[in-house]
Amino acid sequence: MPPVGPRSGDAIFANIERVNAELFTLTYGAIVRQLLTDLEEVEEVNKQLDQMGYNIGIRLIDEFLAKSNVSRCVDFKETAEVIAKVGFKMFLGVTASVTNWDADGTCCSIVLEDNPLVDFVELPDTCQGLYYCNILSGVVRGALEMVSMKTEISWIRDMLRGDDAFELQVKLLKQIPEEYPYKDDE
Amino acid sequence: MIGVGKIKQYSNVLDKPLSKGKQEVSLSAFAFLFSELVQYNQTQVDNIAELERRLEDAGYAVGARVLELLCHRDKGNRRETRLLGILSFVHSTVWKVLFGKVADSLEKGTEHEDEYMISEKELLVNRFISIPKDMGTFNCGAFVAGIVRGVLDGAGFPAVVTAHFVPVEGQHRPRTTILIKFAEEVLRREARLG
Repeated sequence: MPPVGPRSGDAIFANIERVNAELFTLTYGAIVRQLLTDLEEVEEVNKQLDQMGYNIGIRLIDEFLAKSNVSRCVDFKETAEVIAKVGFKMFLGVTASVTNWDADGTCCSIVLEDNPLVDFVELPDTCQGLYYCNILSGVVRGALEMVSMKTEISWIRDMLRGDDAFELQVKLLKQIPEEYPYKDDE
Repeated sequence: MIGVGKIKQYSNVLDKPLSKGKQEVSLSAFAFLFSELVQYNQTQVDNIAELERRLEDAGYAVGARVLELLCHRDKGNRRETRLLGILSFVHSTVWKVLFGKVADSLEKGTEHEDEYMISEKELLVNRFISIPKDMGTFNCGAFVAGIVRGVLDGAGFPAVVTAHFVPVEGQHRPRTTILIKFAEEVLRREARLG
């Protein structure tokens, strides 16, 4: 019998296949550099990174649900906690925390102190408008959209811009009620 | 505030201590990212050769950095100057750091003096990739070929590096062979060094 109930991010991470983070980091760097060469405009690169993240997010959610045993979250608060504690750990091996809730519980911040994407990275003067990790916001947005949550995600703090952590603000725009035909087989 | 942020701020990336390189991410995270790299590049080209060239370019950028990183961290800032030395550096050290294992084999080409081959039964980047029939000989290993070329070039061993599928008898999937063809000057220098 598989364990019932959600598994902790650490337990999942310990049991899945992993690769060296440097390969991941340097590959991501190569992608960003290609985009900068191809698209020239920093704004366009931000958009493309977000789009790539979105593509990943809509696929990654399946693996996430399959491996984590997380079932439907009761509210947006639980959703945010699960992303930070299970999601980030399971895929990137880092722990994130959730803070800065607004009064009605529809907007919060996910804070990362450690981010494998930015090892060896320094933003040159010509790229100051670049959100280097914009792929992450796309991933979160795409994954949440697959569980019926439309969100808007923006970077509040970025260590590459001199801040002391990475802070991703997640704002719930609306929850799309599920309509017939239902997407799952229940 | 003192003691709040766990990570010390460095104004310059070079002031930051070099990590030991033991950190890991999930294989899926890498696979998803790599797949996006391939898909994005597919939108930028209109033929297979061009797609492979672009993947190789991306790999080259990784290879150039890996060489610097590993020479600094593992080899006390020394780099190989001999042909066999640099080949075994790629086959063992580089492979181990990037893919967690030494490459399956390193062989010298039988027909040409300047050719060497690194073979891998199941190359990491090909694991989740299936090639549609109309894309013929396309091989995502071009990315790894680029890494190898980046390392070799950075160390002063310019070469043409390509990735090929080689069918293996009794095995469902072909293995990937990275073919390295060194520039003439490399072999001349090697001969001079004796």
